[in-house]
Amino acid sequence: MASNRASVSIAFRSISKHYGTFKALDRIELEIEAGEFLTLLGPSGSGKTTLLMLLAGFARPSSGVIEVAGSDITRMPPHRRDFGVVFQNYALFPHMSVTENVGYPLRMRRCPREEIDRRVADALELVQLGHLAERRIDQLSGGQRQRIALARAVVFSPRVLLMDEPLSALDKKLREQMQIEIRHLHERLGITTIYVTHDQREALTMSDRVAVIDGGRLIQLEEPASLYAHPATRFVADFIGESTLLPVARQAGRFAYGEQPVSIANPVPPGAGEHWLVVRPERLVLLDGAAPDGINRFTGTVEDVVFQGETLLARVRLATGDMLSLRRDTRREVMAGLPRTGEPISLGLAAEETVIVPERAP
Amino acid sequence: MSATGIESLAARRAGRPDANAPELAADERRERLHLFGLSLPALLVIGIVAFLPTAWLFWLSFIDEGSFSLAHYERMVREASYLRIFWSTFEISAVVTVIAILLGYPLAYLLSQLSERAASLLLILVLVPFWTSLLVRTYAWLVLLQRRGVINDWLQGLGLVDAPLRLVHNYTGTLIGMTHIMLPFLILPTYAALRTIDRDYLKAAASLGASPLRAFWTVFFPLSLPGLMAGALLVFVLCLGFYVTPALLGGGRVLLVSMKIQQNAGMYFEWGAASAMGVILLVATLGIFWGLGRLVSLDRVMGER
Amino acid sequence: MHEPFVPHSRRLWLYAFAALVLVFLVAPVFIVIPMSFSGAQFLTFPPESFSLRWYRNYLESPEWLAATWISLKAAVLTTLVATPLGIAAAYGLNASRTRLATMAQVALVTPLLIPVIILGVGVFYLYVQIGLVNTLLGLVLAHSILAIPFVMVTVTAGLRQFDLNQERVARSLGATRLRAFMTVTLPQLRNSIVAGGLFAFITSLDEVVIALFISSGPQSTLTRRMFSGLRDQVDPTIAAVSSLLIVLSVALLGTAQLLQRRR
Repeated sequence: MASNRASVSIAFRSISKHYGTFKALDRIELEIEAGEFLTLLGPSGSGKTTLLMLLAGFARPSSGVIEVAGSDITRMPPHRRDFGVVFQNYALFPHMSVTENVGYPLRMRRCPREEIDRRVADALELVQLGHLAERRIDQLSGGQRQRIALARAVVFSPRVLLMDEPLSALDKKLREQMQIEIRHLHERLGITTIYVTHDQREALTMSDRVAVIDGGRLIQLEEPASLYAHPATRFVADFIGESTLLPVARQAGRFAYGEQPVSIANPVPPGAGEHWLVVRPERLVLLDGAAPDGINRFTGTVEDVVFQGETLLARVRLATGDMLSLRRDTRREVMAGLPRTGEPISLGLAAEETVIVPERAP
Repeated sequence: MSATGIESLAARRAGRPDANAPELAADERRERLHLFGLSLPALLVIGIVAFLPTAWLFWLSFIDEGSFSLAHYERMVREASYLRIFWSTFEISAVVTVIAILLGYPLAYLLSQLSERAASLLLILVLVPFWTSLLVRTYAWLVLLQRRGVINDWLQGLGLVDAPLRLVHNYTGTLIGMTHIMLPFLILPTYAALRTIDRDYLKAAASLGASPLRAFWTVFFPLSLPGLMAGALLVFVLCLGFYVTPALLGGGRVLLVSMKIQQNAGMYFEWGAASAMGVILLVATLGIFWGLGRLVSLDRVMGER
Repeated sequence: MHEPFVPHSRRLWLYAFAALVLVFLVAPVFIVIPMSFSGAQFLTFPPESFSLRWYRNYLESPEWLAATWISLKAAVLTTLVATPLGIAAAYGLNASRTRLATMAQVALVTPLLIPVIILGVGVFYLYVQIGLVNTLLGLVLAHSILAIPFVMVTVTAGLRQFDLNQERVARSLGATRLRAFMTVTLPQLRNSIVAGGLFAFITSLDEVVIALFISSGPQSTLTRRMFSGLRDQVDPTIAAVSSLLIVLSVALLGTAQLLQRRR
């Protein structure tokens, strides 16, 4: 049932949504390539779901244009947009069987009976639930419901697939399995997919590109690896992955943490407000003796060490009073080399791993 | 396409995609209007059949012999017979409310202490009379309380009284009938409020050394007050405008506001007098409901905690 | 489990008191039914002899049957008017979520807050002017103002439980708003709608006060006839009519209650 239509591009042009004086979305500019898997990532209340609702047509923007395949669909009613939507709570119709649910979009399109039967069977096969065709919805498990919702959203070969936190109601194991399945489904169908989540790990796992949204604004749009490595603002650095942020100040053209100048091999993104040194716990190395050139050195005492299974987390109080986290794997030889609680420690961060971000975008 | 549509299309071509705000706002208004429009038939019926005549009565109450006048209201303040009617309406409503609290609160309390299953079974006994037409229930009391009725039969049979008691067509009968009709209105909200009170509070109070009685009065009762007050106000306000039961069980010896309104309008066609009384009754009723609304929302806030 | 906080023995007085209150509540209802099967002219409890004479009396009286017929017609028509109007209002106001919509919601339940006697006088005054006194249409419209709020409140409660995302999904899957409502929302509101309709029916059937003003003579409703019968002399036929009404009300409202809970 691979989508025989060419996939389409999407563009948000200066999309704003106001509720009274509250700006839920503020001049969003975003272009999504045909066939791309793009994730809208942000904390709750950031506006990411609102943006998805505007794209689906369930609400309309206060101003701005949404284009799909180059044509303006801003004022088009949802039933003519030809988008598949999957909600967090699945929104399966409880008064219909699995087959009737999946066949719903085809019945709305007045497809002939045989075609409906065939395409429903194909879609159920695609999510490997062909054997549940005659079940009632309340007889399905959470993971099965999720797949049925997915089958219903793709059965009519929609132009775009929209998913609003589709996995957040599932437990961790199932969620991780579904992430991979959805990813595979996307590769098979090649359908342009917009995925909303507040889970940064999920966003990094699944997406071609991630759009970070906060306070109704698009903060950064990047591929997962470079988003992680090069956050554009303090918010992104804090929200994506694990990090400690240390305040740095510009002194005579270079940044310094306290009195200590910071060696840095990456450009500092433009922005406003204070600047912060982003320290990822797994990028720190243990130093003994003096730091070689191009390595930033931090000294302090070990406050506590927490064993977490595959890794451990050590918290270090620096001489400045700030706290820094260090993550190590738990192989015996690595653990043996670590100082114990209360002992002094010296940590290094290579200039290539050193990132400084502004408080906010310009 | 509308003129603004063409303009904004031009603006967009000129590179201003946010120029479409007016047409989007118009779409939004249209959709809201369509949705709101779905309520118009209902609003129309209720507006014409309920509000228009009520407003008309309001108007009539200020008209005497063809011109604006407060005469109808003045009469109500001056004439002792009117004052008496207002007073007895207020009095019987208050008495019924107090009796309903005394009878209903212990029952609601007991139900709230039972298991959910047992309570819902016993609640059927509250709901069955609640669902039964009030005319039927009033009829039942007439049959039970009349001179040769069931109660007098039994009292005489047991040798408790020599001659039949006058139990109906008077104040006593009205009181019994009204209390019976109103009791479910007190029990149901009170029970609902009592159900939401966490029993752990009582255990905590007991563990802190309070006797059961003391724990009840210092912990449980204050928490149940909003529900009880809501039920009591509901009973009181429903009594104020009650017509059927007092008219049938009072036997003309109890004259309440509602009955006087009916007489003035239905028998003497004294619209002005009927309207003025109606307006006073309406203002009192809506005022109390307004207060009740505030109380119930308070109740909800406490329930969420 | 549910352990009583105070030992049973120490609250016996409470059980006894509650039992008495419950007896007070149900006694009238449960005494009317046996008495309606009495064979005697004077109603006693327990009846000395049993017969169906009062039911026969009811079924053979053209006046009672005519009144029953009028009441049933009014109740059915009121249900047919109030239910769609109430559903439409509940849906539209629930979806539009504006200040105006909230005000309209309040306005639509206000008839339940106005003392019926005022509505009776007011409706009478209006109907005198436009010639609707003693008409079926007048009766149905007047009962609708009491029935619409019940339907609206019941359906709104149903809509609050309903996940509006389902309707959204249906629209994205290709259904127009109307089609999405008909195929997805409406079937799931069925219980609330039936419950609301039953409320509407009983509201009309049991209504007394407005009928006293606007229906008389051959246009009298069942309740209006009962009311007059009670004022003049206590006719045991009313016991038979009452028993039928009790059974009908309890059956319909009990069903409504169950439906609402199962939603």
